[in-house]
Amino acid sequence: MSIFIDKKTRLVVQGITGRDGAFHAKQMLDYGTNVAAGVTPGKAGQNIEGIPIFDSVEDAVKITGVNTSVIFVPPAFAIDAMYEAADSGISLIVCITEGIPTQDMLILHDYLKKKNVRLIGPNCPGLISPGKSKVGILPGHIHREGNIGVVSRSGTLSYEVVYSLVLAGYGQSTSIGIGGDPVIGTNFIDALSHFQKDPETDAIVLIGEIGGNDEQESADYIQENISKPVVSFIAGKTAPPGKRMGHAGAIITGGGTTAKDKIEKFESVGVPVATLISKIPGLLKERLG
Amino acid sequence: MKIHEYQARKLFSRFDIPVLPGEIATTAEEAEEITTKFKVPVYVKAQVHVGGRGKAGGIKFAETPEQAKEAAKSILGMDIKGYKVSKVYVVANDPKLIVTSESYLGLILDRGKKAYCFMACAEGGVEIEEVARKTPDKIFKIWIDAAVGMMPFQARKLAKFLYKDPSMVKQASQIAANLFKLFRCLDASLAEINPLVTFKTGAVCALDAKINFDDNALFRHSDITEMYDPEMETDNDRKAKEMNLSFVPMEGNIGCIVNGAGLAMTTMDVIKYYGGEPANFLDVGGSSSPEKVKTAMELVSSDKNVKSILINIFGGITRCDDIAKGLLIALETLKDIPPVIVRLTGTNEKIAREILLQKGFNALSNMEEAAKHAIKVAEGGAL
Repeated sequence: MSIFIDKKTRLVVQGITGRDGAFHAKQMLDYGTNVAAGVTPGKAGQNIEGIPIFDSVEDAVKITGVNTSVIFVPPAFAIDAMYEAADSGISLIVCITEGIPTQDMLILHDYLKKKNVRLIGPNCPGLISPGKSKVGILPGHIHREGNIGVVSRSGTLSYEVVYSLVLAGYGQSTSIGIGGDPVIGTNFIDALSHFQKDPETDAIVLIGEIGGNDEQESADYIQENISKPVVSFIAGKTAPPGKRMGHAGAIITGGGTTAKDKIEKFESVGVPVATLISKIPGLLKERLG
Repeated sequence: MKIHEYQARKLFSRFDIPVLPGEIATTAEEAEEITTKFKVPVYVKAQVHVGGRGKAGGIKFAETPEQAKEAAKSILGMDIKGYKVSKVYVVANDPKLIVTSESYLGLILDRGKKAYCFMACAEGGVEIEEVARKTPDKIFKIWIDAAVGMMPFQARKLAKFLYKDPSMVKQASQIAANLFKLFRCLDASLAEINPLVTFKTGAVCALDAKINFDDNALFRHSDITEMYDPEMETDNDRKAKEMNLSFVPMEGNIGCIVNGAGLAMTTMDVIKYYGGEPANFLDVGGSSSPEKVKTAMELVSSDKNVKSILINIFGGITRCDDIAKGLLIALETLKDIPPVIVRLTGTNEKIAREILLQKGFNALSNMEEAAKHAIKVAEGGAL
């Protein structure tokens, strides 16, 4: 098994005729993802790489039976695209788009909850269940099938971690990038609870960074609810306060949001925090035997 | 995006939040004229996007137009934390308006609770983060549901926390409601009134104004975008913005060019771990064209403290060969480039290595090794 996506994932790409949408639709197809449809309003009847294009998500769902959507449309239209997906019977939305207004996200978040639709992102690289499915922009070839669940706020940082895991012989059940924005659909706790329930995941690597207090909340959650080993890594130990480090959410805004605070919190609940990425496999080995 | 105090006050007026009269001056003479017109003493306030203006001598009280002229003369041209002052805000300070209390009102987004958070504190004019840390009990908070918006009872609750007098409560709840309206209509990310004061007359008034905006929402607020002040950014900030690079200069001597924000932070951490000091944070982003790499090299090497540059790329979407090409262009066109250490792994790594090898560059494949090497080179070691 894996979490959120697997062989049963049938994908629609919203914004498939854009530069990024077209490129990654092909990448996902090549990886083996079941990319069943694309949506760009006004372009029904065309196709990209043999993927049929529809005018609306509703049509794509009716005709191809897609259950998951990945969004590549520009920020000004991405909110509309997410409401459309949620209203058309899609159960998982992965939003790659960066630059969505935060207040729009607040309202969307409540709506999706009501509709029982899961959102991953926005401003995220997506997720991959190696050997089964890839939804997003992660480089498929660096991943291997295995028993480690990886959850990260940052894309390239998770690739670096996955790379060092693979070198040490550890594959992944699912690796998920939850996104660097202040308001996101799926947080660490959501991913942790699913990894805990997933019989193919034996241990979890949680990659956090400065800003907000999601890491602290997940530390409390781990203490109460997670019996599988968790190893962490926190980026931004040298970040100066008050400066936005690339991600909109990666900013030290006061007590509790520094790397030091987060590391101390994890350690206080028995979650080891690797000082270097290369030390993550060793910490896993100690716990997995 | 940040705006100046005078711009924030204008927005306050637009949303019916009472402020004292004030006007902007770019010369000492203008400051004098404005004061003459106001017929009362004034505060002359430097307009720069940093806190602590008062301590830096950027806020002066003037009794007469002549004093206002002198104050403006001394403030204009001043350097406050690296920002040159080119505008002062002249605010009327009528001596008949006696301040009887100072408090704080602030509105932010609570990312954890996914709601708006409205804060009130009976101590105004203070550093609110300081209060939050030392005496959190002094801050009264209300969370506002995003879909519902602020209800009048919530505004009353905030106002009642600050005041007992029914007229003041009424005024303050109107101010709170209007501040929320402003925040929501204009896609703010922070709005503060610090201090919110009461006068002996019984009037409640905003003495200072601070508003930050959500950069992601600027596309639908052309009026706010127009308030952007290019003088509040360095040449490097502007260059970085044009090329869509995230760049934060720091104090160290090892320049960093990395793809992805998380990996860029980690690269700085690794340098520090091995005893070096990073000179900057720089994320070239996902689809990095050779031009972006060239601009990145320009930004990093413009800092004369930089003794070596570490390029750390994990190619996913970013293609290693694009990075290699950009680096070669930069080396050919830019002068006085410190020694460059390159680490490449991932997409098109092989092609990239070949491109670099033709120019005698040996790219490393391990981030930690590359960081150690960059530290050695910065300390004067061989490349």
